[in-house]
Amino acid sequence: MVKLALRSAAIAVTAAAVSISLAACGSSGPASSAGNADSATMWGLTGGNQPVLQKSIDAWNKAHPDEAVKLDFFANDAYKTKVRTAVGAGQGPTFVYGWGGGVLKSYVDAGQVADLSDFVASNPDVKNRYLPSVLKNGVIDGKTYALPNNNVQPVVLYYNKEVFDKIGAQAPKTWDELMALVPKFKAAGIAPFSLGGQSKWPDLMWLEYLVERIGGPDVFANIAANKPGAWSDPAVKEALSKIQNLVDAGGFANGFSSIAADSNADQALLYTGKAAMILQGGWIYQSMKKDAADFVKNGKLGYVTFPAVSGGKGDPANVVGNPSNFWSISSKATDSQKKAALDYVKSGMFTDADTQALIDSGAVPVTTGIESKLAASPDKDFLSYVYGMAKNAPSFTLSWDQALSPAQGDAMLANLDQIFLKKISPDQFVSTMNATIGK
Amino acid sequence: MSTSTGSSRRVLEKGPSGWLAAPALVFFLLFAIIPLFGVLFLSFTKWDGLGEIKLDGLSSWTTVLTDPVTGNALWVTAKIMFFSFIVQAPLSLLLGVFTSASQKYRAALAVLYFVPLLLSSAAVAIAYKALLDPNFGLGPGLGLPFLAQDWLGNSDLVLFVVVFVIAWQFVPFHTLIYQGGVRQIPASLYEAAQIDGAGRVQQFFAITLPQLKYTIITSSTLMVVGSLAYFDLVFVLTGGGPGYSTRLLPLHMYLTGFKANDMGAASALGVILVVIGLALALLLQRLGGKNRNASQLEGA
Repeated sequence: MVKLALRSAAIAVTAAAVSISLAACGSSGPASSAGNADSATMWGLTGGNQPVLQKSIDAWNKAHPDEAVKLDFFANDAYKTKVRTAVGAGQGPTFVYGWGGGVLKSYVDAGQVADLSDFVASNPDVKNRYLPSVLKNGVIDGKTYALPNNNVQPVVLYYNKEVFDKIGAQAPKTWDELMALVPKFKAAGIAPFSLGGQSKWPDLMWLEYLVERIGGPDVFANIAANKPGAWSDPAVKEALSKIQNLVDAGGFANGFSSIAADSNADQALLYTGKAAMILQGGWIYQSMKKDAADFVKNGKLGYVTFPAVSGGKGDPANVVGNPSNFWSISSKATDSQKKAALDYVKSGMFTDADTQALIDSGAVPVTTGIESKLAASPDKDFLSYVYGMAKNAPSFTLSWDQALSPAQGDAMLANLDQIFLKKISPDQFVSTMNATIGK
Repeated sequence: MSTSTGSSRRVLEKGPSGWLAAPALVFFLLFAIIPLFGVLFLSFTKWDGLGEIKLDGLSSWTTVLTDPVTGNALWVTAKIMFFSFIVQAPLSLLLGVFTSASQKYRAALAVLYFVPLLLSSAAVAIAYKALLDPNFGLGPGLGLPFLAQDWLGNSDLVLFVVVFVIAWQFVPFHTLIYQGGVRQIPASLYEAAQIDGAGRVQQFFAITLPQLKYTIITSSTLMVVGSLAYFDLVFVLTGGGPGYSTRLLPLHMYLTGFKANDMGAASALGVILVVIGLALALLLQRLGGKNRNASQLEGA
C-alpha cells in the first residue's frame, strides 16, 4: 500500500512537472523567438486577422531585430477581460488592442494610454494613409490615443441565395418585406434568421440598426453623450417592440439563446442552409471563406444593407459596426518599448504586403487608395461592396457596447438579452437603461 | 527506557506538535486571510480596475443589496445547491456502497465510472455544449427529436441541465468518498448481523448507513459548500444565461467585476459569498454532533 502511494505520488509529481514545462512552452510560443525583456509586447486576437498580424510582425522582426516586437494571441472575450486586468495591475502589453469609444476613454481617463497627437502631427504619412472617418474613432477630446490597425467592419445582412431561390424570395429591402419573409421560410422548414444569442453582442446589432433606421444617428449620439433620459427616445421603444414582434413571429433559429457566436455556430446555420439570413459583422466573411469555401466561392452567399423602416428618419445608407480595430500605446511602457512601437506603427504596419494579406483574407483595410487592389481580388464583389458601404455612409456608428462605458455596456447587453427572451418589456428596458446614464 | 515510553505517551495524549501546522498556516494567511481583508477593503471603494481606487463608503453595498440581480443570483444558487444535493447525495451513496465490494466486474465498472473525474470542468462544459446544441448536437445528429430540445436556451429547462452536468462531473468524486467510508466498516459487524439473520437491505439500514454518518457529513459539506463555487462549468456552458436563469452568485461576482468593471460591487458580492460559505460549513459541522472528531474504529 505504501509502495503504491509512493508510486502514485511520483507519477503525480512527474505529471505536474510535465504540465509545467508544457505550460512554459505555451507561454513562450513561436512569437517570442525574437526579442528580449525590454522588447515591445503586443497582444492580438485569434481568428480572422491573426495570420495577417503574425506575418506582419514576423517581417518586422526580421528586418528590425533591434526593435523586435513580442506577439501573443488571445480569444476575443478572454482578451477583453485579460487586458484590462493586466493593464490595471501594471502588467499590460506595449500595444493595447482596442475598438475605440467609451472603453478607450476609460483607458485615457486612467492615464494608461499615450497621447499620440504629436506623433500623428509629425508623421503626415501615417495620418494620410487612413480613411478620415475611421481615424477619428481613435480621437478623444481632440487628442489621438489610438490608430486603426486592420479592416473596416460594418454590420451586414447576409443571406443564403440557395434557400432564397428555393422559396422564390428576394432579399428584403424594407422591414415589412423582412417580416413577410418569416412565415414563408418557416413553412419551408428553414429558420428565417440565425443569431448567436448566448454571446449577447449579436443581439445588439438588431437594436443598433433598428434605432438607426427609425430615429437616425442622433438617438444614440445623445445616449453616448450621457444626456439624461436619452434612452426614452421613442425610436428606442419602437425598435425594441419590433425585435419582440420578430421573436414572436418565430424569426430566429430554434435555440438562438444557446448559440455562441465565438464558436461560429451562428454562421454555420447560414451556410448549411438551416437558416436563411444572419445579421453579423463584416468579419464573418473572412471565417466563412475559410470554413465554407465552396459556399462562398460558388456565389451562394448574398449580402445587403439593413432594410429601411417605413416612416423612419434614418438614411438607409447609414452604417453601424466597427470602423476598425486600433492600437494604443501603453503610457507605462519604457522609452525603448515606446520607440519600437511607434516605429512599427510608422513603417511596419499597412506595408504593401500587409494590405495585400488583409485583402487576400477577405477583409477591407482602412487605408486610402486601395480600390485597384480590391478590384483585383477574387472577393472583389464583397470587398468593393463593404468599402463603398463604409466610404459612402453618411453616418458610421460604433458598436454601442464599445461606444458606452463598460458598466453601461454590460447592463445594456444583459437587458437586451431579456428583451429577446421576452422577460422584460421595452418600457422596462428604457427605464433600467436610463438609470445607468453617467455610470 | 521508562522515560522514553512516558514521553511518547505524553506526546500521544497531547497530539502532534502545533508546529506541524505552521507551513499550512503561513499559506492560509498569505493566500486566504490577507486577500479576504483586501476584498473587504475593496468593497468600500469605487474602482473600475484601471484607474485610482477611491474610498466610496457604503455605495457598493447599497448597489449590491438593492440590485434585484443579486437576489436572483442568490435564489439561483440556492436552487442549484438544493437540486444538486438531492440528485448527487443518494446516487453517490448507493454507487459508493455498490463499488466498495471486491468483485472484479465492479472494479472494472468503477474505473470506467471515474472517468468524468479526470476531465476539467471547461472540457466537460464544451463537450456538453456541443452535444446539447439544438441544431448540430446529439438530437439532430442521431435523428432523435426528443433530444433536440433547446436544452441550454430554455429558461425553465436550463437549470436542470446544469444540475445534471454538475452531477455527471461530481458524483464520481463523492462515490469515491463513500466507497472509502464503506470499506472502513469492520466486516465483523456484517458477519454478526448475518448470524442474526439480517438481510441485505436490513444490513444497509442498520449498519452501513449509521456507520457512514461522518462520511455523509463530510461529503454533504463538500457538496453544499462546493456548490457555492460552481463557476467554470456554468460560465462555459451557459455564460449565466439565457437571461439571468443560471447566473450563480460566483458568476454574478465575476461578471460584475470583470465585464461591468465594478470591482467595489464585485468585492461586496465576494464577501457575501464567503459569509454564506462559512455559515453553511459551520451548520453542517454542527449536525455531526459533539464528539464528531472522535474515531469510530473499534479499539481506538
